[in-house]
Amino acid sequence: MKWRRLSAVMVKEVRQLRRDRITLAMILGIPVMQLILFGYAINLNLRGLVAGIADQANTSASRAVVMDMVASGVITPGLSATSPQQLSDALRRGEISVGVVIPPDFEARRFEGREAVQVLVDGSDTVVQGAAAQLAQMPLNAAMKNATATGPATGQISVVSFYNPQRRSALNIVPGLIGVILTMTMVLFTGVAIVRERERGNMELLIATPVSRAELMVGKVAPYVLIGLLQTTVVLALGTWIFGVPVAGSLLDVYAAAMLLIIANLSLGLLISTRAQSQFQAMQMTFFVFLPSILLSGFMFPYAGMPRIAQWIAEVMPLTHFLRLIRGIMLRGASVAELWMDALALLAFIAVMMTTAILRFHKRLD
Amino acid sequence: MNTVGATPAATDVAIRARGLVKRFGTLTAVDHVDLNVPRANVYGFLGPNGSGKSTTIRMLCGLLTPTAGEIQVLDLKIPQQAEALRLRIGYMTQKFSLFEDLTVRENLEFLAAVLGVPKAESRRRIEELLEQYNFADRQKQLAGTMSGGQKQRLALAGAVIHKPELLFLDEPTSAVDPESRRDFWEKLFDLADAGTTLLVSTHYMDEAERCHRIAILDHGRLVADGTPGELTAALVGRSLVVHAAAPRRAQQVITAIAGVLSVAQIGNALRVLCADGNATSESIRAKLREAAIEATIETGTPNLEDVFVASTGQRGRPAAERAA
Repeated sequence: MKWRRLSAVMVKEVRQLRRDRITLAMILGIPVMQLILFGYAINLNLRGLVAGIADQANTSASRAVVMDMVASGVITPGLSATSPQQLSDALRRGEISVGVVIPPDFEARRFEGREAVQVLVDGSDTVVQGAAAQLAQMPLNAAMKNATATGPATGQISVVSFYNPQRRSALNIVPGLIGVILTMTMVLFTGVAIVRERERGNMELLIATPVSRAELMVGKVAPYVLIGLLQTTVVLALGTWIFGVPVAGSLLDVYAAAMLLIIANLSLGLLISTRAQSQFQAMQMTFFVFLPSILLSGFMFPYAGMPRIAQWIAEVMPLTHFLRLIRGIMLRGASVAELWMDALALLAFIAVMMTTAILRFHKRLD
Repeated sequence: MNTVGATPAATDVAIRARGLVKRFGTLTAVDHVDLNVPRANVYGFLGPNGSGKSTTIRMLCGLLTPTAGEIQVLDLKIPQQAEALRLRIGYMTQKFSLFEDLTVRENLEFLAAVLGVPKAESRRRIEELLEQYNFADRQKQLAGTMSGGQKQRLALAGAVIHKPELLFLDEPTSAVDPESRRDFWEKLFDLADAGTTLLVSTHYMDEAERCHRIAILDHGRLVADGTPGELTAALVGRSLVVHAAAPRRAQQVITAIAGVLSVAQIGNALRVLCADGNATSESIRAKLREAAIEATIETGTPNLEDVFVASTGQRGRPAAERAA
């Protein structure tokens, strides 16, 4: 790859972009519009939340309570811990959505009618919070009916919501919106990039020059990375200003995650571009990717509530991994390093898409 | 000039193709074409639309893979060494392929960079081209807002920015007015004078006449190849000029005669091309007398249009366009 040729392609893209008023308007218009539209939340019941359980009492009654919670279908046991500290760590890393703590003095608390079970919730997802509230409604008595049929069992379950104590959905929506906007605009911009040159007849000239495939692909994509970061900044700024969304983690991690998603989407767009015959087809394919991303990634509906197959599909989509990253960073104060699995998934996605796009593009007309 | 690895015998030939074939599905676009293009020549590719001119050019610069045949361009094997060739050739596409949303200067800057003009020289070279191609006062104009003739001039400037040894031009003047076409050809001869080899496809007879050598393609086959002089000389005696009192009626009579390939009216005269000179000339005289049309018959000077008709069986562009 030669820097002179690569930079020539980039400069050309920037100059063309500067004269493309519609695209320029979209760069800022889409984030602002969507932020306002999606600022209002959608809540749903859900089931199958991965739960960590710390049963410090370990009595037959406490085991019965846990079994009842599991039987309700709201939670699936995923981690068995010994202390509440372990649970909150796992919660921060995104390994579990709910933590159930049964203190050593469970029996005593239950008889005295004090709070006998504590449920820790990942409040960065309001729907998860809602589901956890269901757990709190469960009668402790029912579980104990056989064991202690005579006792005045009046114990309670208390729910402690981590990271979003006021249960405000904007907190959940805004970080996700960064991902949705980047998915929509980045794929679209590069999706038409190569096709447009083919339609306008520039491609025959380009492939007759010594410009290499990689120089052409990277040069076309690079300017959009900056645009993606600009959009991220707009959503972050407006999200903080209008909705008061906090950034619990480091800003550097937020941008690192955004960068990964931007490049992943740009490479996907390029791949679309090598496949599509017209700009219209490229648009169609973009929406074909965009809709499942919005629906399955966990932006609208929690991942935990989806059937297995939908979850598999979601795992392939960059937005799913980005949502886990950005919610972890912005709301739970986690770092990219702690969420390395999702960062790695995005890197793998980029490598596969970019390679396929370059290989699929031929400097030939046949 | 890059002459590394060139044998003395090979250096005077810029393009050599043997048995070139290109099929698209069942359609044979180029059918066993042999070509020899000498260096520092303007070599014309003449043929009607769809005769395989563009396909041949695209194969020669490595953009299309031949179905069969061998190609050697500037002593490089094509398509295997196409990447190495790209630094040494210029290619001007049939459709304007520069960026319409970039200015004249920006287009040239981009091409200078991707075609490997050293950064230090690039600025001077662009100034030189802006001057030579009369863009000095238009360098900030968007390419898309220019006229057909200006666009072609810019495309040519772009194609020669890296001073290529060989220039492919695919119907460069098809959307250009006669005056701009004349200017354009002056530029081409300047380049040939400076040692550049040019391969130009066209369907204009007057342009073909100006080439050092021409090849006529028809339905993908090479039907004639030589200098315009050689090609027309082969037709001496077969071209007749008939002056008749009633040219339209005379034309009907003559067209029906066996051995007449074509009749074209030019003013009050008829240009007749015969398959065989003397015999047909006699039967024309006889038939016209039979039809009671008064006429004189002279031998005409064969031109490239006659060559084109004799080798493809069809007339080229109307006479009015040839005047340019």
